[in-house]
Amino acid sequence: MIRFILLQNRQGKTRLAKYYVPLEESEKHKVEYEVHRLVVNRDSKFTNFVEFRTHKVIYRRYAGLFFSLCVDITDNELAYLECIHLFVEILDHFFSNVCELDLVFNFHKVYLILDEFILAGELQETSKRAIIERMSELEKLD
Amino acid sequence: MTGMRGLSVFISDIRNCQNKEAERLRVDKELGNIRTCFKNEKVLTPYKKKKYVWKMLYIHMLGYDVDFGHMEAVSLISAPKYPEKQVGYIVTSCLLNENHDFLRLAINTVRNDIIGRNETFQCLALTLVGNIGGRDFAESLAPDVQKLLISSSCRPLVRKKAALCLLRLFRKNPDAINADGWADRMAQLLDERDLGVLTSSTSLLVSLVSNNHEAYSSCLPKCVKILERLARNQDVPQEYTYYGIPSPWLQVKAMRALQYFPTIEDPSTRKSLFEVLQRILMGTDVVKNVNKNNASHAVLFEALSLVMHLDAEKEMMSQCVALLGKFISVREPNIRYLGLENMTRMLMVTDVQDIIKKHQSQIITSLKDPDISIRRRALDLLYGMCDVSNAKDIVEELLQYLSTAEFSMREELSLKAAILAEKFAPDLSWYVDVILQLIDKAGDFVSDDIWFRVVQFVTNNEDLQPYAASKAREYLDKTAIHETMVKVSAYILGEYGHLLARQPGCSASELFNILHEKLPRVSTPTIPILLSTYAKLLMHAQPPDPELEKKIWAVFKKYESCIDVEIQQRAVEYFELSKKGAAFMDVLAEMPKFPERQSSLIKKAEEVEDTADQSAIKLRAQQQPSNALVLADPQPVSGAPPPLKVPSVSGSTQNPESVARSLPQPNGTPSPDLLSDLLGPLAIEASPGDVSTEQHGPIGAEGVPEEVGGSAIVPVEEQTNTVEVIGNIAERFHALCLKDSGVLYEDPYIQIGIKAEWRGHQGRLVLFLGNKNTSPLTSVQTLILPPAHLRLELSPVPDTIPPRAQVQSPLEVMNIRPSRDVAVLDFSYMFGTKLVSAKLRIPATLNKFLQPIQLTSEEFFPQWRSLSGPPLKLQEVVRGVRPLALPEMATLFNSFRVTICPGLDPNPNNLVASSTFYSESTGAMICLARIETDPADRTQLRLTVGSGDPTLTFELKEFIKEQLITIPMGSRALVPAPTPAPPVAQPLSPAALADDPGALLAGLL
Repeated sequence: MIRFILLQNRQGKTRLAKYYVPLEESEKHKVEYEVHRLVVNRDSKFTNFVEFRTHKVIYRRYAGLFFSLCVDITDNELAYLECIHLFVEILDHFFSNVCELDLVFNFHKVYLILDEFILAGELQETSKRAIIERMSELEKLD
Repeated sequence: MTGMRGLSVFISDIRNCQNKEAERLRVDKELGNIRTCFKNEKVLTPYKKKKYVWKMLYIHMLGYDVDFGHMEAVSLISAPKYPEKQVGYIVTSCLLNENHDFLRLAINTVRNDIIGRNETFQCLALTLVGNIGGRDFAESLAPDVQKLLISSSCRPLVRKKAALCLLRLFRKNPDAINADGWADRMAQLLDERDLGVLTSSTSLLVSLVSNNHEAYSSCLPKCVKILERLARNQDVPQEYTYYGIPSPWLQVKAMRALQYFPTIEDPSTRKSLFEVLQRILMGTDVVKNVNKNNASHAVLFEALSLVMHLDAEKEMMSQCVALLGKFISVREPNIRYLGLENMTRMLMVTDVQDIIKKHQSQIITSLKDPDISIRRRALDLLYGMCDVSNAKDIVEELLQYLSTAEFSMREELSLKAAILAEKFAPDLSWYVDVILQLIDKAGDFVSDDIWFRVVQFVTNNEDLQPYAASKAREYLDKTAIHETMVKVSAYILGEYGHLLARQPGCSASELFNILHEKLPRVSTPTIPILLSTYAKLLMHAQPPDPELEKKIWAVFKKYESCIDVEIQQRAVEYFELSKKGAAFMDVLAEMPKFPERQSSLIKKAEEVEDTADQSAIKLRAQQQPSNALVLADPQPVSGAPPPLKVPSVSGSTQNPESVARSLPQPNGTPSPDLLSDLLGPLAIEASPGDVSTEQHGPIGAEGVPEEVGGSAIVPVEEQTNTVEVIGNIAERFHALCLKDSGVLYEDPYIQIGIKAEWRGHQGRLVLFLGNKNTSPLTSVQTLILPPAHLRLELSPVPDTIPPRAQVQSPLEVMNIRPSRDVAVLDFSYMFGTKLVSAKLRIPATLNKFLQPIQLTSEEFFPQWRSLSGPPLKLQEVVRGVRPLALPEMATLFNSFRVTICPGLDPNPNNLVASSTFYSESTGAMICLARIETDPADRTQLRLTVGSGDPTLTFELKEFIKEQLITIPMGSRALVPAPTPAPPVAQPLSPAALADDPGALLAGLL
């Protein structure tokens, strides 16, 4: 299962953090700091997987943003790697050509999208269309 | 939600901040604003409240504390309208976790939303519970969520959320789902057409079967059906294909679920599955598009795992190996990484070893990859595939890599190299070469076990001795060598240096010179080893070399007054011994052989391999429910043993060898142990038999509480432990009775340190619980069992100690009245599945509430006389006292804060002492004592103690008696000597006898 999802920029600023396991605040800060340090200096020719404590982080960089998923050691790495990409495609579709600023100013919407995509640390919906349609339903309610 | 202008303005402001300080100011201002508004409910419109709660989440993401707003976020959950309710739900699930009490406040609203008719609210509530629901939720909500999942009137939107919400509840409490009633429903769910619901349901299934595959056996063919539908028939709506691949995630999930069933018995199901697998194995091509490639390989690797799990026909297995062989040589790093990882898993399947060996050079190339992730996988694989035939090549590669490897990998690397060298050594001289190279290249990362083991081998193999000696001699020529190398070469040359006598540069005197050059740069624990070597060199010098003798005697003389007892004792004894001629030869005769035992290194490695050998099923089963923490520990897939930890000796006044020997105390079952093997005989005199009886005897007994006067009123240190305690608990306690900080307890997983401050009748102790491992310690519990005279308050310790973290737990102590009883800390924790518990005495002893005070004779005598007799003044003749010279006795009294007042007693054989005792009942009270000794018989004395309180007088008298009879020399407590060795020419107190091998020498003289 996914233990947490982080979206961080190159400077280490957290743009989204979602934890599916109970962590103390101080521990979350530590985790965010460590994960950033772990991924930020890795060469683009390296694997997208790094060991992190007793788990592993599957990450992918899009422009200046790092999307990191912390998953169990035995989880399927490539499936989660493409899960990141699917999430990015959904964001891209929703914001039409997403950039970091969209995520900053609309962070609340990003959380909404994520909740339609992943739940309880597991993939909930893999249809882009289903999620985008759901989002427009929700926007109408607001 | 559109047009929250205030929020956008705030975010812009933050972005425009030039530095962290400006950001903090802006955030503080906003937080102040939010606080004021929250207080003033009247002006707070729902819109504003919503806006502020979003701002709080943003501020929280920036890393600031917004605890004050938790309540507001939670309260929005009960808002009647969607916009506010939605914010409440989402922000709550970001800010809070299942352990927050506030969450309970919402449980009713959440339940009402789940069972209510508003679909949007249902979704919000299911999402919250799915993301942060805890046990409370599991117990009250599971049936409602189950209903939603199987309801025919709910939209798929609600049902997929219900499936994952139920998964969360099941993880929190497996009893939330009753397998009997649910298995059929679960099987029906797998017929679902909607892929969103099906994906979520399959995730739920994976968790359920990992817990109990038998109950869900009806789901097995359904999983195969799903695979057929996706992989064979491609029967999915367009929106569920990903780069043309029918939902790769669902395919992976379905195959994962199948790996929890031990076998597939039904032939037709098995056949269908193998058809699908075959299609995946053969039909996956490398394509240009990265995403498509990744997705298809995600499916392929899962199929490989499933094939390995099913232990398929040989033909299919060799297809898999061939594929993996291809993967480990591709350029694409992710695929290569996975190739290496899966090949390591493949090693567990028999018959493939030889095929994998063909790829050895390719794997070694990956060991030099710039990406550490790949190097780790390559290391694991090389370690796994090593056997007698390739050990030499592989170990040499590891050694080469050692010099360039990053520090974080060196310990693991050197341990692995050492294990492989020992396990598969084609000849022993090669083994010696490897270990010496290891020490040379990465001395800091070579644990003591490793060099102890090489010494054992050399001692037990005569053929090897000249070779090892000449190798050791060669290393000494290097300009800078690691201290471990000094230790091992000193030991080997002391024993076998004389075998080289005819070679140039190897006479006893030359060996001495070159070793002695190293002495100024080594640390204290190494010096005793060097002294033993010198003694042996001197003995072996043929013909006797008066020059050498002079030099070595000078060294012994120099250390004769060394502050370190071990060094001092060896220096004194060797000096005396070396004058004894024949007796010298006997005592310093060659070390006897070690009993043949399995290497503890290999043993440890094998223990770990046992777990790695478990089928993927077990591995995953163990892992699935462990979703408590990010830090929760899954089983390592590699065969890597945990790094061996050798305790540091700093902070202990024990000599390192006695620490090392008492370190792995087998409680109950004596385990063959490296350290005791090696270090026992380091005491140069005994035959193997003697070693075990005379030295291990008392040591083995150390885990048991020894008689400590009458003060041990509680069942102290009753070890139910399954771990090996490091050091001696009783000794640690005694040391802490006289000082205020140090280690109270240590085992391989945890170290408990203590630090205390005392003021009057109050004290504040802080317990430091440090997790020494890379996995968390769970179910940590501490309980204080206070004696009647102390009031104790221990702050709660968190349930889990994260890896390598230390938690502090203050303990407030208040002394109510004088007593020698001791408080006991009952603590326990879980490491993995292992429960460890111990009862530890807390060093809040009577003497901690004493304050030294020095009285003049004008002050002392009037008070002394005013205490006329019992019960305020008690006198007793104490026999069986440890003989001590008066100055030593004075030091002893001062050490427990009863101050000696010199010159007050006209009789030079007497001492008078005073102190102030603090307790709630007595207040500050002066205590006086007089000790009259008999110079003719130091084993008895007359003790008189007086104070204004009869209990205090009695307790203090008893306390002093205990101290006189049980003298903790340094940190050492008295352990009764096993054989009453006559203390002839005993330079140290007999207390040292029991656990100091060198001390036994005295008995032999």
